[in-house]
Amino acid sequence: MYTFSNKLKMFSIALIVIGAIGVVYGFMNSHKSLDDVKTMLAHEAAHHGGGHDDADLHSGSEVHGENTHSGVEHEVSEHHSDAHAEHVQHQLSNRPWSALYVAAFFFMMIALGALAFYAIQIASQAGWSPVLFRVMEGITAYLLPGALIVLGIAVASGTLGHYNIFIWMDPDVVAHDEIIANKSDYLNLTWFTIRGLIFIAGWALYRHFARKFSIAQDTAEDNSNFKKSFRIAAAFLVFFIYSESVMSWDWIMSVDPHWFSTLFGWYVFASMFVSGITVIALVTVYLKSRNYLDFVNENHLHDVAKFMFAISIFWTYLWFSQFMLIWYSNIPEEVTYFVSRFQDYKLPFLGMVVMNFIFPLLMLMNAEYKRMSWFVVMVGIVILAGHYIDIFNMIMPATVGDRWFIGIPEIASVMLFAGLFIFVVFTALTKAPLLVKGYPFRKESEDFHY
Amino acid sequence: MEASKVIHAIYTDDDVLMSAVKKVRAERFHIEEIYTPFPVHGLDKAMGLAPTRLAITAFIYGLIGLTVAVTMMNFIMIEDWPMDIGGKPSFSYIENMPAFVPIMFELTVFFAAHLMVLTFYLRSRMWPFKNAENPDPRTTDDHFLMEIPVSGDEEVLENLLWDSGAVEINLVDKAH
Repeated sequence: MYTFSNKLKMFSIALIVIGAIGVVYGFMNSHKSLDDVKTMLAHEAAHHGGGHDDADLHSGSEVHGENTHSGVEHEVSEHHSDAHAEHVQHQLSNRPWSALYVAAFFFMMIALGALAFYAIQIASQAGWSPVLFRVMEGITAYLLPGALIVLGIAVASGTLGHYNIFIWMDPDVVAHDEIIANKSDYLNLTWFTIRGLIFIAGWALYRHFARKFSIAQDTAEDNSNFKKSFRIAAAFLVFFIYSESVMSWDWIMSVDPHWFSTLFGWYVFASMFVSGITVIALVTVYLKSRNYLDFVNENHLHDVAKFMFAISIFWTYLWFSQFMLIWYSNIPEEVTYFVSRFQDYKLPFLGMVVMNFIFPLLMLMNAEYKRMSWFVVMVGIVILAGHYIDIFNMIMPATVGDRWFIGIPEIASVMLFAGLFIFVVFTALTKAPLLVKGYPFRKESEDFHY
Repeated sequence: MEASKVIHAIYTDDDVLMSAVKKVRAERFHIEEIYTPFPVHGLDKAMGLAPTRLAITAFIYGLIGLTVAVTMMNFIMIEDWPMDIGGKPSFSYIENMPAFVPIMFELTVFFAAHLMVLTFYLRSRMWPFKNAENPDPRTTDDHFLMEIPVSGDEEVLENLLWDSGAVEINLVDKAH
């Protein structure tokens, strides 16, 4: 049995406290008066020598679907700079919301990716991985709280907040935007919440029963729990691939309600899958270094690292497929998505391709490197940072535009949810033995040799 | 070229063969070669063979393929007959690069795969019209053959091989 060391517990609580303070500070600091914003803009204009030209401003407001400019013949005058300042003011107040949402989603998706990986291992009756099942079950414990937090933040941004993440929640925007108005049968707060709750309920139910059967199998005489677990894993995977796809449209793609991509669900899936697998590797290496998993050896690590390598390439394939078709056809309403990313997010957008593709490709290509735990940890940390930036790039351009920065709100949000994640996961790990004793493939997994 | 004697020990099971290899090596006999009907997982490590360098050649071939793709597409689409790609007539390789990525990827894979196979054949001394080196046709069906050069105490070696589960042991002259 694993005991949650006091040191790690204190570390996670410290992360939560420091993160919470930073998040509160971010929210308090985000309400700027219009005059403050104007002063700031004037200051910036002086610095940059010109700053924002009209084209920039227009593309920014188009992404938001805020039709403050259309229809009104506006002279470039006092009125114009007022509208611009209001726009920037709104972006500034969006930032702590978005930062919190990105971090919450990122840690939720780790747990969801690990759950999908776990279900695949069971449904495919994999022989190498059962020694890692309890690690995976520990990680998926974060799914229920994590997903409820994500949905909670989304709903709060449209009720408590001022439509800070999803502009389609703002009735004023919908009234003036025909495209969003046409989608309002689907994109409305009630139906959004119900869908979210259905997905979370489905995932949490599978996780609950898979865990229950897994623990029951430890002491069972026959394989009936294993068989039940196999059946619900197959059913869950069918539910998962639909619900994950719709979830990614709802929770991420709808921040740009004018834009859509048909492979978005797959793309988000690749990101969550590789993040989940990477965290499985990191937690395994941590527990092994604390002398817990003595039945896990470098052969198991090798296989997990192979998945990190393969799914990193799979992620790139989907990222590029989405990009290339839109780049090639160059249709204005589609390409604006990438224009805003290339104009304002060049470093994170291209940087993540280096972190999520080129780095793991070159580092994890060699078989020997995949068997060295410190090496896998190092690559894993880069991959996780890369996929945080991936989610950052999905949300931020729509909510804060060019007003992005990785500063206190972003780092504090990551710390807050990292602390919560560590606390929930390692608490769950103490609840059951770390080896699935009665699992039929346990022996095969222990003797696994690549 | 001198003629030397070798022992051909025949096995009928890959697991028996694996444990036999470990025993023979533990007794410090040198295994010259093993002929098997299918690749036996972990046999190279058990025999103490040096790790293959095929992966390094594959990486180099991949880089060559990538270079060929870039050079070729640059010549065809940018220099020789400049193309307006996707309504963006920039006539610059780097700006049109997304359109060439599938070709760059495919040629990388094509070169790596084909040249690696050719390298593997040549390294294994297999080329057209080459006579098989296989000493016993049964190793292409369901038998495993271990070849050990004899140096003096063949009695000990034969007993060891019988103990390790060999079904047949032949002492043959091998012309070098």
